Amino acid sequence: MTILTRLAPLALVLAAAPALAYMPKGISNFTLNNGLEVVVIEDHRAPVVVQMLWYRIGSADEQPGKSGIAHYLEHLMFKGTDKLGPGELSRTVTANGGMDNAFTSYDFTTYFQRIASDRLPLVMEMEADRMANLKIGEDDWQAERQVVLEERSQRTDSDPGAQFSEERNAVQFYNHPYGRPVIGWRQEMERLTREDAIAWYDAHYAPNAAVLVIAGDVTADKVRELAQDHYGPVPPKPDAARKARPQEPIQRSPRRMERVDPRVAQPVMIRTAIAPERNRGDQQTAAALSVLADLLAGSSQTSVLARDLVLTGKALYVNAFYDGFAVDPTSFALSMVPAPGVSNAEAEAALDAALAKFLADGPDPAQLERVKTRLRAARIYAQDSAHGRAYDYGQGLATGLSIEDVNDWPDILAAVTPDDIRAAAQRVLDSKASVTGWLLPETLPDAPQPVSADATNPGKAE
Amino acid sequence: MIRALATFVFVALASLPARAIDIQQITSPGGTRAWLVEDHSIPFTALSLMFRGGASLDAPGKRGEMSLMTALLEEGSGQMDSVQYAEAVEGLGAQFRFDVGDDALTVSARMLTENRDQAADLLRQALAEPRFDPDAIERVRAQLQAAIRAEATDPNAIASKELARLAWGSHPYATSINGTPESVAALTRDDLIAAKDRILARDRIVVAAAGDITAQELGRLVDMILGELPQQGSAPLPGKAELQLTGGVTVIDWDSPQTVVSFAQPGLPMSDPDYFAAFVADHILGGGGFSSRLMDEIREKRGLTYGVGTGLANGVYGETWQGGMASANDRVAEAVGLIRQEWDRFAEGGVTDRELADAKTYLTGEYPLRFDGNGKIAGILAGMQLIGLPADYVNTRNGKIETVTAQDVQRVARRLLHSDQIRFVLVGRPEGVTAD
Repeated sequence: MTILTRLAPLALVLAAAPALAYMPKGISNFTLNNGLEVVVIEDHRAPVVVQMLWYRIGSADEQPGKSGIAHYLEHLMFKGTDKLGPGELSRTVTANGGMDNAFTSYDFTTYFQRIASDRLPLVMEMEADRMANLKIGEDDWQAERQVVLEERSQRTDSDPGAQFSEERNAVQFYNHPYGRPVIGWRQEMERLTREDAIAWYDAHYAPNAAVLVIAGDVTADKVRELAQDHYGPVPPKPDAARKARPQEPIQRSPRRMERVDPRVAQPVMIRTAIAPERNRGDQQTAAALSVLADLLAGSSQTSVLARDLVLTGKALYVNAFYDGFAVDPTSFALSMVPAPGVSNAEAEAALDAALAKFLADGPDPAQLERVKTRLRAARIYAQDSAHGRAYDYGQGLATGLSIEDVNDWPDILAAVTPDDIRAAAQRVLDSKASVTGWLLPETLPDAPQPVSADATNPGKAE
Repeated sequence: MIRALATFVFVALASLPARAIDIQQITSPGGTRAWLVEDHSIPFTALSLMFRGGASLDAPGKRGEMSLMTALLEEGSGQMDSVQYAEAVEGLGAQFRFDVGDDALTVSARMLTENRDQAADLLRQALAEPRFDPDAIERVRAQLQAAIRAEATDPNAIASKELARLAWGSHPYATSINGTPESVAALTRDDLIAAKDRILARDRIVVAAAGDITAQELGRLVDMILGELPQQGSAPLPGKAELQLTGGVTVIDWDSPQTVVSFAQPGLPMSDPDYFAAFVADHILGGGGFSSRLMDEIREKRGLTYGVGTGLANGVYGETWQGGMASANDRVAEAVGLIRQEWDRFAEGGVTDRELADAKTYLTGEYPLRFDGNGKIAGILAGMQLIGLPADYVNTRNGKIETVTAQDVQRVARRLLHSDQIRFVLVGRPEGVTAD
């Protein structure tokens, strides 16, 4: 086990405590003098703690031609510092009974460890160290570029659904970098260099562009003390804040796409439309969109689309998806797998009819009541996972919300009215800013042909 | 409702908390035993029920029977059709999941304290009085058929199915629990009722709960949910599976830039005296994520893969030592060679003191991290009962790992790790690989 030398402590002054807004039990927050925001989620049921460090920088902040750099740098962050050799951080975490990983999204890049709570000082020390002292060895960066290319092969290029999703996204956004894949376009990834990675790190990794979330068996006072010791000395960077990105113009033309691939098992339709995101002090529309997704497809038996399409034999599956954690306008998605024997056109017409009926009638009061009950229960069940709550606070603060916005979200969901839902539905279900994509197998299984068990191993050569 | 693809599922080995977990072992007034961890800080109860045998209780020629039956448990029961039943559950804010794997049919429930009895009654109804309405059967059958079609175009599923086929001969482990298009097409309502009678019985069940409930309340709840079930399942439990695996390489042609690799060799049962030595060995070899030898050689040093890992796959009816990886078609041969090389190096050279010490601190330190929520605790406690572990295992398991020596690891590695016994299944267009 490696114990790092303590970083030299600097005098620290905590920023003024926030106004006394409502804070749920066990939640607290403060900001270090260098701008690092800290959220503590106390849960003392098990001797476990999760540290998540969220940088407010993601793939949507990349420059054209350098797609994939945010994610590539995330990988290189495990290559060591002045004090830690390549891979040593992960090895140290593991040797102390913990696990660690990281992920990159459009709007943030996040590093986390899950470990016994008495090891929090160790992982804080190492995470703070790589916030300021990353070293990328000459030998490491090329092998790691191969790793991210393999990751792209595995996640995207081996999966026609993922490839199609990437292309649909590119069509959905004319101008906003949400149209670029987080992992990057392959030909640009192949040309990323160590210098690109270092420039990205130097520009964006700083305490004043990050949110630290500590969840689990720890007190707020202890976190305050440890955060000051370890993160406090890291100097802020004046220009680290995220720059505004190119925004979408008004979209007037609904788009349609189609992809045929022999690796597709059955037709699937995915329709997305530009939708507003959750914003600081302004989450009502996003809350209505969340409830709308739940009403449309949140239950396999009782939701609007399940009743109108699945129970009537038009579709095998329907889904509706909306995630309001985003810096800029995002999308609302619907998907459907037609039932065997139902043509794609027929299924899509049935979907459109169901949506039109919902737009005309609005939500069924009894169904809305059940959705609200589910949401209220989900709020109780969510307390069972400190790690899950760490994601909520981290994503919220990393995408520009205040801690009060995250605290208030369940109440805002509970207050959504039928009129709010109708307005939100009008906005995304009858939208010109939409893309309807069909991903199709080479032969439609409309008339399912018997497939022998061996057909799953067509080219087996043994 | 069919939710997702299920392939080879095995029960994860539970590990041990440093802070003692207080497991109460209770017997309900009606005679059903249950394990409980009480915690009244959040007003809900997590309940995990497992019925032994799982999809391995499918009748001969009726593969997919348990999968279809299990998915229909939430599609109508008692006086309620599927919509009415879902409305009732949703109206209480309860959450029920019905899943089946190779070894067990699992019911995971979360119930609010404020209406726990009403939720329990709905769960009772689903298990004791499922309706298997014809329209629900046809709807869910079509979903299951779709899952089977999806398996046939998913290289990961293709690889693991082929490996299972080569490994397990005539045992149900050899085939997908979802069945084939023909076997699922032929299932009748009577088949589903017969399947239910084979598994949903009191002699098949293990029960665990965690959360806002006392021992006395749990006893009453368990009787309420399970009291109407028959005493005995109508078919014997599945027998042990005989491993048929031979070393070599199987190639399945698949048009993709990458080759998916699944591999396996013989494992060892938990009752084997060297089980924990093998558990430690696996962690160092390939189970330990970023810290493992395979990850270091194949990913970190050479960039040949995004991820490679191994694990002891201990099912109730059989066990292997297995792993997986994906690598570019033109580089996968090198990666497979490195797996063989590391296998041999481990068998010949053993482990360093540092590797052993790090593995032990990880494996013993990681255990308590698993017990951080009612839902997780209920699942772990049920899984332990399913594989026959005693409740005090949570307090003895770390000791078993601590006492493993480098000699133990070396011995079990010499005994079990044989690179020529590994069967690799490659799905892709691998270059420079000869099938044998």
